[in-house]
Amino acid sequence: MTGHPTTGPATGGTKPGIRQRLSRAMSPGTAFSARHQSLTTVVTFAAIGILLPVIVLLPPFSGFGTQNDWVGGFADAGIFVLLAIGLNVVVGWAGLLDLGYAAFFAIGSYTYAYGASPFTGLHIPFWFMLPIGAFVAASFGIMLGAPTLRLRGDYLAIVTLGFGEIVPAVFLNASTLTNGTNGIVGLDQPSFGRLFGVGDFGFTNPWPYFVTILGIIAVAFMLLSRLENSRLGRAWVAIREDELAAASMGINTVTTKLLAFAIGASTAGLAGVYSASKLSIVSPDQFNFTVSFTVLAMVVLGGMGNIWGVAAGAFLIFELQSQGLKQLNTFIGGLGLPAFNLGPITVDLATINFLNYQYLLYGLALVLMMLLRPEGLFPSRRRRRELHELPDEAERGNVELSEADEVEL
Amino acid sequence: MTPATAPLGRVRLSAGRWNVAVGTIAALVAAYVIIDLGAGGEGQAQFINALTIGAIYALIALGYTMVYGIIELINFAHGDVFMVGSFVSWWLLTTLGFNGAITDPLLLGVVLAVGFVFSMGVMGIVGMVIERFAYRPLRSAPRLAPLITAIGVSFILQNLVQVGVSNSIVTTPQIIPNTTLHIGPISISAINLFIIVLAVVLMAALQLFIGRTRLGRAMRSTAIDRDAAQLMGVDINTTIALTFFIGSGLAGAAGVVQGLYFGVSVFTLGFYAGLFAFTAAVLGGIGNTTGAALGGFIIGFIQVIAAVYGYGVWSEVVVFTALVLVLVFRPTGILGQQLGERA
Amino acid sequence: MSSEQRPDLVLDARSVTKRFGGLVAVRSVDFTIPFGSIVSLIGPNGAGKTTFFNVIAGVYELSDGEILFNGETVIARPRRTWAEPIYWFVVPTILLILAVAALLAGIGIIGHLLFLATLLAIIPALLVALTRPRWYVRMIGRTGIFRSSRPNEMVSLGIGRTFQNIRLFGNMSVLENVMVGMHSRMHANLLDAALRLDRHKREEEAAVNDARKWISYVGMAGYENEAARNLPYGYQRRLEIARALASEPKLLLLDEPTAGMNPVETREMTGLIARVRKDLGVTILLIEHDMEVVMGVSDRVTVLDHGEKIAEGSPDEVRANPQVIEAYLGRGAASA
Repeated sequence: MTGHPTTGPATGGTKPGIRQRLSRAMSPGTAFSARHQSLTTVVTFAAIGILLPVIVLLPPFSGFGTQNDWVGGFADAGIFVLLAIGLNVVVGWAGLLDLGYAAFFAIGSYTYAYGASPFTGLHIPFWFMLPIGAFVAASFGIMLGAPTLRLRGDYLAIVTLGFGEIVPAVFLNASTLTNGTNGIVGLDQPSFGRLFGVGDFGFTNPWPYFVTILGIIAVAFMLLSRLENSRLGRAWVAIREDELAAASMGINTVTTKLLAFAIGASTAGLAGVYSASKLSIVSPDQFNFTVSFTVLAMVVLGGMGNIWGVAAGAFLIFELQSQGLKQLNTFIGGLGLPAFNLGPITVDLATINFLNYQYLLYGLALVLMMLLRPEGLFPSRRRRRELHELPDEAERGNVELSEADEVEL
Repeated sequence: MTPATAPLGRVRLSAGRWNVAVGTIAALVAAYVIIDLGAGGEGQAQFINALTIGAIYALIALGYTMVYGIIELINFAHGDVFMVGSFVSWWLLTTLGFNGAITDPLLLGVVLAVGFVFSMGVMGIVGMVIERFAYRPLRSAPRLAPLITAIGVSFILQNLVQVGVSNSIVTTPQIIPNTTLHIGPISISAINLFIIVLAVVLMAALQLFIGRTRLGRAMRSTAIDRDAAQLMGVDINTTIALTFFIGSGLAGAAGVVQGLYFGVSVFTLGFYAGLFAFTAAVLGGIGNTTGAALGGFIIGFIQVIAAVYGYGVWSEVVVFTALVLVLVFRPTGILGQQLGERA
Repeated sequence: MSSEQRPDLVLDARSVTKRFGGLVAVRSVDFTIPFGSIVSLIGPNGAGKTTFFNVIAGVYELSDGEILFNGETVIARPRRTWAEPIYWFVVPTILLILAVAALLAGIGIIGHLLFLATLLAIIPALLVALTRPRWYVRMIGRTGIFRSSRPNEMVSLGIGRTFQNIRLFGNMSVLENVMVGMHSRMHANLLDAALRLDRHKREEEAAVNDARKWISYVGMAGYENEAARNLPYGYQRRLEIARALASEPKLLLLDEPTAGMNPVETREMTGLIARVRKDLGVTILLIEHDMEVVMGVSDRVTVLDHGEKIAEGSPDEVRANPQVIEAYLGRGAASA
């Protein structure tokens, strides 16, 4: 057509580019209408914030503790909801298996400890520490991701698992910097809690924490759910499906994956700052691999890729684990069953503590879920399609960029 | 995985065989000097200690590498299979009523043989059961799915031992007498010698099995191209089950060795051991059995060197940093990725 | 290597060589594509066509030679791909190592300061690398470390491609597939999308509009919301072309677009290819086994055998070339 080489990327702006020529060749299509998700999100979270504390006043919930107990529990559950929706970006959307997610949670927590405790003497307000914690966690996410995101998926899993172990190990062993096993204590609690008419932040009043975490989750939800249907969200799915094809469509796979990693890490950072401020202490043992695996179990069971499902899954699992198992103990203990011996193993249902079986139950749930309903309890439409695909098509998803399967020698 | 990787790997492999041999010897000498400088007089003991720990990692790493080689799955439960293996040997020895060194060599031999065969057999079967119920149904699913069930199985094994047996440390009877043998200038305690010899024998047997037998050939062909192997009449399910049996059996043997050497077991043992052994498998080149053994010894040396210089608590950081560096700079590991190619 | 530029060429490959280990897949091939033409690359199986193609598409790094696109050198000697992201963090990483070393050595104050410096150094590196990756890479490129391009950069420059074995995003809808193709022509970043700024909304609307046009251009109107993997084979091939066109390429690389098609489908595909050139002015490089397609649609044909160029010219010239006949039919056939 033209014999004039142009420099720089063609945006089709200056001369009749391909898009203009297409428009000439074709008739115009229908217009795109954006959905208003944000309003829905705000309304939903406001409803949740009002309904949850009310519901627990009713039986059967009212039998299991005061309203304040429940609300405090919800605030703790919120930490895991936040962690789960962050991990969902990495695992559910971008398809990168991150097994060391607790590391970013730890980094967020320690950032708060450095920024707002007698240990360093700094007392930066909680509200400023939130973005700082998110940013520091994201930086570490990128530092880890930059060299490793080129790796095949399952290598990445191992590297992140290793990172998830290194971070608490560093916090444990670099004791001049972190006070070692004892951790950093006496962290500042957030202030200006009267804003919402819910009283002061403190150990005895869970309401401000509940409102705060609800707010953080709502904001995270709004921002993240918008990403799902954006250019970036499509790029994540494309990379998950076929990395070489995605790169050949102009997607910078490294940067895009890094962004997923950074966004996931920053969400964990937020959760870390919040959790540190709530507990008022950080110590290395809060962040071992069980945290990473618990959050992963929440994401998988809730339904990878569906942000609402993941949040619901995290909430349900947390409540089951913190309330359900305890109640099961009381219930079974009241039945008065006899004990019996199985070789080295003694089983006594009456004194059995179901809280100890938490990870057995997670394990069983993970295995059964993968076998029977791999898309999770509340699946995303696309993930369901993917997980039920035909055997011969399943092979295609994992091809490395450097080793494309179409070498022809 | 892709046909493209095979020729590339092979080119590297054939060129490097002598280099590997020379490099290994050079590295051993260097490691000895480094350890000796740090350990001040106990160099030899620490060197042997490193070899022993390395042998344990190597035995575990073999299972990782074989399973990865054949179905491209990181078997997260493998470390816990090792842990259960150590508990099985603990159970057997305490049930049989041993609580100290056995001085009668004949009885010792019989007990060890029974202990190893029993533990390896039980763990082999456990491995096959895990494969049958947790991995086989997902063989054609996206790769995330079996990886997640593997994590689930790992949870289950750990928790079963924790609540069913003990949620703290159990003490395994030290049935091998604490005698030191003097072979020329080398002083080596009986247990170290036993473990190193056992590991070498098991690894050699594995290499022979993979390289020289019909079933071994079936394993290699399945690893290279499952569909083609199936078309050539290889029973894929049996072959994969066999791989799990052997891999888990070796982990079971490592479990017994762990109990005998350290005298203690705990339900969380499998997590770190598994992670270190996987690192070993990746270091050596995943899917490559010789590489896994080599990687295991390297990890053993890293740990001991870190310990003798007073950085014992940093050893996991060092190992994982090594893992990240290897994966970034040479993802195919030291020897490249081939299952059984070298046998 | 002479750097004389020929403005009539969209692609100018100069003595391109690609080795795999000890194997030379493409040996010193010179190859040019004039603007607006349809050029075909043929050759027996294993001749190195797809390798050459992948080098142009940025999938493989070049072992030797140079490729000019639009008069600009875009692919030269390989860059060390692992180095790039590490490079972003060289300064913070060194500081971090020093900090840890100082802490381990017991020099707490220096360690703390260095640790703080690490955090401070990360921030500018990150901001620059993430907000202006292209600028950052170009800046680093001046140091001579990075010279070669990767697939995504080739797309930004204006090279679109399809795959020999169809590689659609199977679980995405037809519309989404095409919108992924537009990725490099869209500009909304993380913030635009997260805050749903006007710019993002407008761009998404325009993108959906354009995607629909591309879909109907390849004759698939009405299939927009179908999952790509459920499409019939011929439609999958067309969707690949629509997806590639959506990146607004100057040069479109088609890897055996009619493989596995029946004669009717093949004729439709040939028509589509000719139409893309005529309507849209896109230059096309075609790899094809079907000689009828090649001879019918190409302006010029290049023949590769064992990684070397053995003939080049108009379809008729190539058809008559004895070397080509020999490559395809074996020695003896040519002299007979």
